[in-house]
Amino acid sequence: MSSNAFPFATLPRTGNLNLTPVTPLLDSDRKPLTKKETSADHPTWCPGCGDFSVLALYFKLIERRKLWHEKITTVAGIGCSSRFPYFVQGHGAHFIHGRALPYASGVSISRPDLHVFVFGGDGDAFSIGGNHFTHTARKNIKLTYVVMDNQVYGLTKNQTSPTSPLGYKSKTDAWGSTDRPINPVKQAIAAGATFVARTSAMSPNHVLAMMEAAMDHDGFSFIQCLSECVEFFPGAFDGAIPRKGGVFNEIAKEHDVTDEYAAYKLADVAWPGQFGIFYKANRPTKNANEAKIIADHRAKVQGMADWQILQKNFDRMK
Amino acid sequence: MSAAAEAPAQPGGQSRVTKINEATIRIAGNSQDGIQAIGGFLARLAGRSEQEVMTFMTIPSTISGGPSIFQVRVGSGEVLSAGDEADMLLCFYQHSYEDHIKSLKLGGIVLYDADHVTPRPEWQENYRHVGVNISSLTVEAIGGTGRDKGKNIYSLGLLAKIYDLDVAKLKKLFSERFGGKDASVLNNANACFDAGYNHSLENLLKSYQFYAGADKGGHQVVMNGNEALAYGLIAAGVRFGAGYPITPWSDIMELLRKELPKYGGSFIQCEDEIASVSMAIGASWGGRVAVTGSSGPGISLKSEAIGWASMAEMPLIVVDVQRGGPSTGMPTNVEQSDLNIATFGGHGDSPRVVIAPSGVEDCFYTAIEAVNIARKYSTPVIILSDQGIATRIEAFPEPKLEQVCQDISPDFTPVADHKPYDLNAPDGVTRHIAPGTRVASGKYPVVTGLEHDEMGHPTGSPKVHLSMIAKRRNKLRRLAWELPTPKTYGPDEGHILLVGWGSSEGPIREAVDRARAVGDAISAINLKHINPLPNGLEKIFKGFHHVFVVELNDEGLYGYGQLASVLRARFTDPKIQGINKVDGLTWKVKEILDRARALASTK
Repeated sequence: MSSNAFPFATLPRTGNLNLTPVTPLLDSDRKPLTKKETSADHPTWCPGCGDFSVLALYFKLIERRKLWHEKITTVAGIGCSSRFPYFVQGHGAHFIHGRALPYASGVSISRPDLHVFVFGGDGDAFSIGGNHFTHTARKNIKLTYVVMDNQVYGLTKNQTSPTSPLGYKSKTDAWGSTDRPINPVKQAIAAGATFVARTSAMSPNHVLAMMEAAMDHDGFSFIQCLSECVEFFPGAFDGAIPRKGGVFNEIAKEHDVTDEYAAYKLADVAWPGQFGIFYKANRPTKNANEAKIIADHRAKVQGMADWQILQKNFDRMK
Repeated sequence: MSAAAEAPAQPGGQSRVTKINEATIRIAGNSQDGIQAIGGFLARLAGRSEQEVMTFMTIPSTISGGPSIFQVRVGSGEVLSAGDEADMLLCFYQHSYEDHIKSLKLGGIVLYDADHVTPRPEWQENYRHVGVNISSLTVEAIGGTGRDKGKNIYSLGLLAKIYDLDVAKLKKLFSERFGGKDASVLNNANACFDAGYNHSLENLLKSYQFYAGADKGGHQVVMNGNEALAYGLIAAGVRFGAGYPITPWSDIMELLRKELPKYGGSFIQCEDEIASVSMAIGASWGGRVAVTGSSGPGISLKSEAIGWASMAEMPLIVVDVQRGGPSTGMPTNVEQSDLNIATFGGHGDSPRVVIAPSGVEDCFYTAIEAVNIARKYSTPVIILSDQGIATRIEAFPEPKLEQVCQDISPDFTPVADHKPYDLNAPDGVTRHIAPGTRVASGKYPVVTGLEHDEMGHPTGSPKVHLSMIAKRRNKLRRLAWELPTPKTYGPDEGHILLVGWGSSEGPIREAVDRARAVGDAISAINLKHINPLPNGLEKIFKGFHHVFVVELNDEGLYGYGQLASVLRARFTDPKIQGINKVDGLTWKVKEILDRARALASTK
């Protein structure tokens, strides 16, 4: 009834078709990438935006950890902070609003050779993308998620965000917000994230330390990074900036990062709260679980070509 | 037994044997009675006997229980539909008997479970009634455990006797199906079957025998459309998928979840439809075309992300197993009402490819074609299957897997420089490099949903927007040039041309055969490529006075179904009219013919 002919059976493999290949350099011959080599478009952020600092520290991380261009994988959703991938020289994806995590998960699971960094804002992470935050955490998909939390919708010019404090006056809450804000750290712990940290863009060394620890974590690593919106919510984080009279309270060394309840309690400390690693646990990643399922199945079909594996199924359907 | 020919009675034989070309058997019961198993065994047996077969089933959308039917049509010649009217109704309950007797042709046989069914006197004259105490005899056959589980196999024994089926082949199927289980399962199956087979059907004087099927030159495989589609994706080289359960798509994701790890791949069950399409797109960007899929409402949820894939020009396979809509609609019924959302379901101008397989075998090859179009044109491709194809079983020649299976592993060879959205590319098509690919110039591209320049960086330039919109549109025009013009089924000139797509192809062809047999000048074409349409259709339309688009969707506000509207917009030809229905069932041949003749007489 149908024709067995299909037009493109002899297509070459996907990827860089018809492109000029070059001889690869040995990694040992390569020097760490400088900021000049890793920066791409000039950021579209407002002067003074906290996100500049996060970007600069990402460059520093790349340099320090000797990440090569081709291995830099930066994914974002929609929002001011989500413009991130355009500013980084490397493989980048600017996906739809709220869905950066599932997109990045697709990359992470199918490409275990890459470490995926996801950048986004509080609206992207906790409002439109709230469901994905929960499930990426519980599945423990290996990637690093940095949420640049400014407690306001900046790109759409000052509406209430899921982390806006009670009483915050925005264009959508002229009389002050009445919806209880989300506590991102508690949310992450409750969802089953295996690495939960909090930092502030105004404490650069701390940001870098958290990013490095997150990158080294085998699992879903989440960093809430306070990052001020100077345009719509100026001074939001002054309470955490020492030179503005605030306090940057790092989590005490005695805190047991494997104690979920202690972490949860610590996340409830009054504003400006604590900074550092709240929780860190070793739990098999989705990536490892899938790899194990694959290894178990592959063992049973050892030495067989793909078509032979399929042939076995078809033989049963005769 | 439409093409029945009375054969001379066997010399010395007690019963008369009638040679037949085909038989349509409807089995009616409740959803836990295992009636699908009877149909499945019959279909598989037909596949092994060089016969053609097609099945049709309805299942209740409730969690457990409820009336359910399975219709199987077996033929020694070509079988194009699951049959308008049944030759035999096997019914287990009073409601099965009363609800389905009208699906039986006059003079057909009602084989009923006398433990549960009381025949109605007014139907005795028109239908041959044969009562067997199926439930109690089943219980007796398996040693009186008090349960009638196995009555499906007992009934299969009765059918095997009536239709002189190959018992050795059936028993081999049992041993394959039940062999892996506890030995008592196979023993019980054989005991039930034997009891049914040996039951004396004294009041049924005739038995039947199929003519031998033509040698198909090789083996046939028997499966349903969802299986064929899933295996086609595997053959095409797809190794990653993501999805969310929804009927009738779930079978495909379950199969891929189970099978892909053997090939080093994964299928991820996601938190929702949006996450699944997003995850598949991420994996596609990772270097190898990935799949997601859904039915009904799930497709609506994926629309935004599919638009991103159109904008970023990312290869992606989206399977849409259509069901009755809108909204939650009729989850276990068939409809072809997603053509519009598949083709136009995005905000902005977001061209994508839409292909509709027309049968079970076609599902297998369409999956491969879809993957290769997605790769070649760097575009999302939507495979529009439907519940009718998804759940029906057909036998088809076994594909030559060694030749068909493809390796589409990503290629990470470093490149000197790379502009994915090159406006001067000779073929006008986007090529992505997967993460992990080194670019010697140190300039890396970005993929995005914003309008972008050739490197993927955002731009608000109207000039670039114009060029990029044209680029995304023109590559699909280029694809249209490559698509074969559909072949006319029947002569190229005549009175009526029936245009169908998807699961309607079979019944439409049978309608053409039937019409031609009585001298009506009716031909048909099937449109597999919905978007873009193949070129050359206007030439075909020219040969006919009427062009009727037969589809399972509503006639809409302006009187035309979804494909008919597209064809009218494309060809502005007033002779294009629609024949539509949305009763949740596949086309009956008679419905198509009656409607086509009536419409032609009024125009």
